[in-house]
Amino acid sequence: MTWLKQVGWRHLVGVLMLVFALAPILFVVSAALNPLGTLSSSELVPTGASAGNFTRLFSETQFGRWFLNSLVIALASSGASVFISALAAYAFSRRRFRGRRVGLLSVLLIQMFPQFLAIVAIFLIFSTVTDLWPGIGFNTWWGLILLYLGGALGVNTWLMKGFFDTLPRELDESATVDGASHAQVFFRILLPLVAPILAVTALLAFIGTINEFLIANVFLTDQGSKTLAVGLFGLVAGERNNNFGVFCAGTLLTAIPTVFVFQLLQRYITDGLTAGAVKG
Amino acid sequence: MTATKLGGPVVQARPAPEEPSGRKGQLVKIPLLGLTVAIAIWAAFPLIDNEAWIGLAILVATTGGLVHLYSTPRHIPLKYLAPGTILLLLFQVFPVLYTASTAFTNFGDGHRGSKQEAVVAIQTASVTRVPGSQQYALRIATTGDPATGPLVFLITDPVTKQVSVGDADGLKAIPDGDVASGYTVLSFGQAGERSAEITAFAVPTPGGAIRSSGLTRAYEGRAGRAYDENCDCIRDTTTGQTWTADENVGAFVADNGERLAQGWKVTVGLSNFTRVLTDSAVSGPFLRTLVWNFGFAVASTGGTFVLGLLLAMALHSDQVRGRLFYRVLLVLPYAMPSFAMLLVWRDMFNTDFGLINNLFGSHVDWFGGSASARLAVILVQLWLGYPYMFLVATGALQAIPRELSEASRIDGASPWAGFRRITLPLLMVALTPLLISSFAFNFNNFNAIYLTTEGAPFPADNPGNGATDLLITYTYRIAFGGAGANYGFAAAISIFIFLIVAVVSAISFRRTRHLEEVHS
Repeated sequence: MTWLKQVGWRHLVGVLMLVFALAPILFVVSAALNPLGTLSSSELVPTGASAGNFTRLFSETQFGRWFLNSLVIALASSGASVFISALAAYAFSRRRFRGRRVGLLSVLLIQMFPQFLAIVAIFLIFSTVTDLWPGIGFNTWWGLILLYLGGALGVNTWLMKGFFDTLPRELDESATVDGASHAQVFFRILLPLVAPILAVTALLAFIGTINEFLIANVFLTDQGSKTLAVGLFGLVAGERNNNFGVFCAGTLLTAIPTVFVFQLLQRYITDGLTAGAVKG
Repeated sequence: MTATKLGGPVVQARPAPEEPSGRKGQLVKIPLLGLTVAIAIWAAFPLIDNEAWIGLAILVATTGGLVHLYSTPRHIPLKYLAPGTILLLLFQVFPVLYTASTAFTNFGDGHRGSKQEAVVAIQTASVTRVPGSQQYALRIATTGDPATGPLVFLITDPVTKQVSVGDADGLKAIPDGDVASGYTVLSFGQAGERSAEITAFAVPTPGGAIRSSGLTRAYEGRAGRAYDENCDCIRDTTTGQTWTADENVGAFVADNGERLAQGWKVTVGLSNFTRVLTDSAVSGPFLRTLVWNFGFAVASTGGTFVLGLLLAMALHSDQVRGRLFYRVLLVLPYAMPSFAMLLVWRDMFNTDFGLINNLFGSHVDWFGGSASARLAVILVQLWLGYPYMFLVATGALQAIPRELSEASRIDGASPWAGFRRITLPLLMVALTPLLISSFAFNFNNFNAIYLTTEGAPFPADNPGNGATDLLITYTYRIAFGGAGANYGFAAAISIFIFLIVAVVSAISFRRTRHLEEVHS
């Protein structure tokens, strides 16, 4: 009875959520393996297994190229964005300066503006950029990465500032008294302690970038420069029912890098903060 | 918690006796500054070539500022804020301000450029072929990708063999022989696929325009309408009818009120804003949509938070075996690409061959009724959003020292009281800003509606506003759908949306300040 009260309910919640979480994914797997490859013939449980949809994906589209583009753009921009927002979060959490509260509020406010409407402006800006510096213009990795980094100060800074706030200030104060510079406090003491939240943030940024569609769709027009989101959407934009199997096959393969990054960061996410350091 | 205790002065009052890795810091800093300067120099050349002096001034000032900032010991907070802020200003603030400024103009389809461009467009569009029109040999080319790049006409004079290149700006002679460089000539197949574009393409010339006639021939036609400077109007050369320029609306208007489709961009003051409030087609359903919009944002944010927190709490115990197994599988929905899964969910709700009706043997038209459609989109948001809340709640739970809950247990508090009084307040310190952001995101969650119901179901009397429409999808339809793009009006509505979200968040923000001070 005690077991049921202390542990049993935890498993019950877990199992119920597993059913909810996995049913749609099972459907996608089943549709991807479905030999007919149409929406109307897809069932929850696979009725047959064929790699036909996967071969069509690679032979009829530039899926490999899209995959590489997505991977490079998402890795570079999520890594850089985590670093940039960690820097800002440190300043907002640990330093007191004029304009701190205004700065925090502005960061929050700017991201509340409906971004897709700014697309017209972004298009005009990058038309000029493409003329001046083709290397960071339309259809390039660098241009899109820079554009995504513009949003780096948004939600991630707030998330990380929250976690910096939960670390005791005595830690960096004592380090400062011992003669550490602000850079040493940041890189040597605080950054390792917030590693779990860095990992979570990196993962969120990675997933956000892989899924970004609206801006990428305007930015990347050449077939070979498209990301997975833009390329896959193009597959079902026209012929929805017939391409459903190929689309689901692409969806599954798109999930692989995310799952992989998650596994890579799993250790940091589950380890948590080292209890010893917090005792300070 | 005072400024003297935490800010720079502590460092200055007690200078470090020695900095053991100070030299190492310099070793990183100097190459990074060098790299910054090198990038700035690389970026400066095209600016000089194009005589973009304002851009160059900004570039020099920014680079100089950065070098100065990182070589003085002062301005410590700014050292940490500068990289993100510069990117934020360039790629976020600037586009947003630009967009907001269009709210005071009539920018949109038919009002894109200057008056001069409108006149050229009107003249070009009125071109007709007349007897004795000059004929040219034509090759259709592009400066970019054959399928999508901008079109140009390569035109050869049959007599002089002079080759010229023509685009929307006019005709330009090419020095002989140098045709191939920079242009890709379209094959007949490629040109055939863009035939609609090619038919509409016209190269303005002083007396009219050059248009294509098939894929290999072009003719220079005469303009049927011309601009007359004396009356500031457009005159039709055959009928004699005139359209006078009206600077208030940015269009040429005839006496009977008829407007020419090609207008120009003018400032219209606050009329876009007053239209939101007075145009009954816009303001009528505004309130209903606003209420549902709040409902959707609260249900999505609150629902995913409760679900994610419940799961995180359930699995935050050493006694649960297989935690790793649960965690890996439970975040899978988050690993799936959300835009694709929204489309998949839409198909799962399909009435005739959707998975949900198949499984339960029902035949419910999910997106047909308001209540079921709203329930469906919220359910989809729960599925997509709970892993995020689960992840951050797990992270936050691990950041809370276990000693705290152990101490409360030893003191005899029930698990519920321990959660309610100790864990939850500490969690909220880290998660409240996140919940505000999540609310703001869901308030404007365009994809959630656009890729699933597209706003359906629509009432019979109003096809412009559906039961699941958020303000943003509603705006999108008014602004971009059907009658053509109207960016000015769309920007005005988005400023309204922005104000609503900002006010809600500002109120919530006051609460986080309260929380932050409680903790420190």
